[in-house]
Amino acid sequence: MNRLDRLESQSIYILREAVATIDNVAMLWSLGKDSNTMIRIAQKAFFGRIPFPLLHVDTGKKFPEMYAFREEYAEKWNINLLRQECPDISETDEDLPPAARSAARKSLGLKAALATHGFRGLIVGIRRDEEATRAKERVFSPRGSFGEWQPREQPPEFWNQYATDPPPGAHIRVHPLLHWTERDIWAYIQREDIPVVALYFARGGKRYRSLGDMDITRPIDSAAATIEEILEELAQTRQAERAGRLMDHESEDAFERLRVDGYM
Amino acid sequence: MSFSQNLLPLHFVLIGHVDHGKSSLIGRLLHDVDALPHGKKTAMEEMCKRRGVAFQWAFLMDALQAERDQGVTIDSAWIRFNSHDREYILIDAPGHERFVRNMITGAERADAALLAIDAQEGLQEQSFRHGFLLHLMGVRQLGVVVNKMDLVGYDNARFDALVKEIRNYFERLDVEPVAIIPVSAVEGDNIIRCSSNMPWYKGASVLEALQSFQARGEAIDLPLRLPIQDVYRNDTQRILVGRIESGQMRIGEELLFSPSNQAATLASIESYPAENIRQAQAGQCVGITLKEKIFIERGELVSHPQNPPMESDVFRARIFWLAQAPLCAGDICELRVANSRITADIENIEWVVDPASLQRSKADRLQANEIGEIIVRARAILSFDPFDANANTGRFVLARDKQIQGGGTISMQGYADRRASLTRRATNITREPHHVNIDERAKRIGHKSGVLWFTGLSGAGKSTLALTLERRLFEKGFQAFVLDGDNLRYGLNADLGFSPEDRVENIRRAFEVAGLFSRAGMLVITAFISPYASDRARAREVIGGGFREIHIHADIEICKQRDPKGLYEKARTGEIEEFTGISAPYEIPKNPDLTIDTAANNIEECIEKLFSYIDAEFRL
Repeated sequence: MNRLDRLESQSIYILREAVATIDNVAMLWSLGKDSNTMIRIAQKAFFGRIPFPLLHVDTGKKFPEMYAFREEYAEKWNINLLRQECPDISETDEDLPPAARSAARKSLGLKAALATHGFRGLIVGIRRDEEATRAKERVFSPRGSFGEWQPREQPPEFWNQYATDPPPGAHIRVHPLLHWTERDIWAYIQREDIPVVALYFARGGKRYRSLGDMDITRPIDSAAATIEEILEELAQTRQAERAGRLMDHESEDAFERLRVDGYM
Repeated sequence: MSFSQNLLPLHFVLIGHVDHGKSSLIGRLLHDVDALPHGKKTAMEEMCKRRGVAFQWAFLMDALQAERDQGVTIDSAWIRFNSHDREYILIDAPGHERFVRNMITGAERADAALLAIDAQEGLQEQSFRHGFLLHLMGVRQLGVVVNKMDLVGYDNARFDALVKEIRNYFERLDVEPVAIIPVSAVEGDNIIRCSSNMPWYKGASVLEALQSFQARGEAIDLPLRLPIQDVYRNDTQRILVGRIESGQMRIGEELLFSPSNQAATLASIESYPAENIRQAQAGQCVGITLKEKIFIERGELVSHPQNPPMESDVFRARIFWLAQAPLCAGDICELRVANSRITADIENIEWVVDPASLQRSKADRLQANEIGEIIVRARAILSFDPFDANANTGRFVLARDKQIQGGGTISMQGYADRRASLTRRATNITREPHHVNIDERAKRIGHKSGVLWFTGLSGAGKSTLALTLERRLFEKGFQAFVLDGDNLRYGLNADLGFSPEDRVENIRRAFEVAGLFSRAGMLVITAFISPYASDRARAREVIGGGFREIHIHADIEICKQRDPKGLYEKARTGEIEEFTGISAPYEIPKNPDLTIDTAANNIEECIEKLFSYIDAEFRL
């Protein structure tokens, strides 16, 4: 098996395990490249019929291209789409720096969706190579009843045996792409011909490497206008993938605080 | 830097005692192979200046605020880097004692391991424990890094003494380190190239040791094992899904499902979008359909009929225990083997091992982070392989309160594969009913029929009591007959030895014959050690209402003194292998119908007790 086949197989196993062992799961669809990849893998895992809803936690501040993408592919892929609006920024933790406060709206929206639908499992497309706290994640990562993460109290996880039983009121985050890298994602998108928002490709010397809310996401300098060129660029770059995501960099621990409080 | 999609990355875990310099080693290694993001080191140096602390290589590793505060690495993290066209995934496992579970979590995916040892302190408690756990988990490629050589003045003699100590230890685990490397992470000696500070060292650098490790491939050459993960039904078909853990399969082949022991033909290998797939192999997650309609659930294990997995409800296991609450004999756990989950009793804690001395000692519990051997008894038969034969289907976890609390590897030493005794080979047979029923026979004979099943250690007095009791019953008007273990081994069971499988078959024939005698109206007394509880349970099931389990009990020390056949002496000298109570297990009856203590009572007293029991139970 080659590298991508191995990664795909591992992710299929995780998705099927989530469905087999957790009642009431949903998958987060951020409209970005990683969650589109996850959808393709789910189509393969379940032979074209994804047995859970896709949840878009909508801050209302995504790029217009992303909303257009959502409308187009929700229909094309025959997706059972749930949309969750996020509360106003005034409801977030005042101690957080401004961009992190803006991002924290998403954690609150997520909590509202969990309360409404009673999801016990939430499939999320984070990867270890994105960011230092995500590097320490489990594939099945228990969250408290307020969605909080306790990085110091993570359960053991080995031999494909996972923590599949959240206590009442709590839920499990399932991370099928945890072991993929940014380059793996692009190589897979290329191999599988997965549609992605055009914002990832360079126009006028800039492209978005990671997509978030319009007001707290910045493009990078890049001439990469095709997947080949993106793969080429990634092989050379020493910049972090989330360099353009402002909330990661406002203070030393801003992103960690977001994640401990339930951010993806 | 080129990046091959086909070259498998090497996963390696870095382990070692707390403060033996693992984080510094990682920081230095990443810097020297040029894998740090631009400006990371400068940023960290500036942060140190701001905070008024000296820069340390370890800081590069410490991403979490809490870690910096507490000064210990909390969890295993993955760090990737490329070197010479190969991708490496370094799994950082913490050395703090509380966090063995994180080390296990990190080590389970590892192809190889680096063990960091402080040159001043040498092998310490965690070095041993981690080394032993790696061995238990099947990681066999090991490099040892003797760190902080600068603090012992790059002393060759100190290094040589440590090499001796390290080799001695791992020799006993049957592991040979590929390299033992003297290193200073702080000074950068022998990390990626040889150091002028230690001209006496001619071996590999850390990077060269990593380059020599092989990534683990898929177990394609082992027999087919496909644990069923789930069953998807749609309008037209049922698709069984799972990952092929070993071997390969081809359309049209006959497949065996265990432990339900059903067979079916592989009709198709499904995919989306649909393709015509003829075969699949280890590592692939597949969906299959079958030609025949059979009922299959999650947890069944697919194999080829000619190479099936073992079946048993009891096995021996080496385990590591991770929970704060200890594991005790008699505890009830959820046993998870591949995709099956089943309630199991911890029948016994055999021993606990001290990882440093490798000494085993008797214990009644396993505390957090301890390693030991236990006997597990599941509430139903399950399918698996011994760990040595197939690691993926030979390991398990134990959960309590829905939390994974320990893990282990399976051995069948002393226990029987139940497959043969569970499988009825002949088909197309029907039972012919008799024209004389059991009550008519009892009325003519004057007593009910039944089987008095004596079980107990060799030397407990089974045969003596059985034969004396047979005489007494005969004199009192009972139709009684003794089936003795040794007597049957002269004839009916002459082809059987004393392996666990043969013992099971020996007992199976005995209870089948006893059942026939009983249906003929006789009172049968059997005298077999019958060490396995599951055999006695099956005897009760087959024989039915007339079955009585009678434990003929004497302490093993008393049996050894009696030793009427000289067998204990032969077992002691090794002349007999697999002797019950010495080198093979005896499972004491939990709820016998009657217990006769032959140490506390003389023969006459024992016979009196037996006779009055039988007279009350069987006389019409």
